[in-house]
Amino acid sequence: MSKEKAMERNFMTLQFAAKSENESFARVTVAAFISQLDPTMDELSDLKTVVSEAVTNSIIHGYDSDPEGIVTITAEIVGDTVTLTVEDRGRGIEDLELAKQPLYTSKPELERSGMGFTIMENFMDEFEVSSEPGSGTSIKMKKRIESKKALYN
Amino acid sequence: MNLQVEMEHHRNILIVRLSGELDHHTADHVRMKMDETIQRGLTDHLVLSLKNLQFMDSSGLGVILGRYKLIKAKGGKMAVCDVNPTVYRLLDMSGLFKIMPIYDNEGHALSGLEVVS
Repeated sequence: MSKEKAMERNFMTLQFAAKSENESFARVTVAAFISQLDPTMDELSDLKTVVSEAVTNSIIHGYDSDPEGIVTITAEIVGDTVTLTVEDRGRGIEDLELAKQPLYTSKPELERSGMGFTIMENFMDEFEVSSEPGSGTSIKMKKRIESKKALYN
Repeated sequence: MNLQVEMEHHRNILIVRLSGELDHHTADHVRMKMDETIQRGLTDHLVLSLKNLQFMDSSGLGVILGRYKLIKAKGGKMAVCDVNPTVYRLLDMSGLFKIMPIYDNEGHALSGLEVVS
């Protein structure tokens, strides 16, 4: 396969209401888009899990479960690397360092495990959060799909 | 709903079999079903059987940890069994196996809990 082909770019954008029933829609849609890279089952399930974590955070924390909120996901493929962004225009995160602590949750009454960010950091190669209190949160994550890399070599 | 809860008592041990997808959307349903049965009083110990659980995220971890606290507060034990590799990684990462044992199947989980009870 040529170098040009290897760096080919593809992308998609998905927007939906901040409703919990859309969590499975979001992860299944992203997984379907990524499947063109021929990921392994593990890679696919990692990606589904991180989408689920980020979207759940937007719904519960960003929008306080207000279904009027809108969650936007973009997925971009460049070569064998997937970049996902999950964004909301919700309340934002006051203390990002605290929010990233494993087992920390701002909503213990909802029985949240506090593992969302830890899972995203572990399952992806790169993970970045930018948030502004009052205007929203954006999560950007990257992962290289190994099975495709094996094909190139 | 893309999640089914099946429950069965084996003496004072409640076996809960989850199939489908356990996420934020389905978590409340699972929590309610289990707590309803646990509160009814026949349950000392809990076995969570996850053979047919196709997907789980941190919302599922929250449900498991919440039930663990509930059972522990009543002086009982909890175990998980039949965990597929994907769910296993998530449970392992969360440190769950530091607080409860994992067994290959329901039979082993039941004998494991009966030994400690």
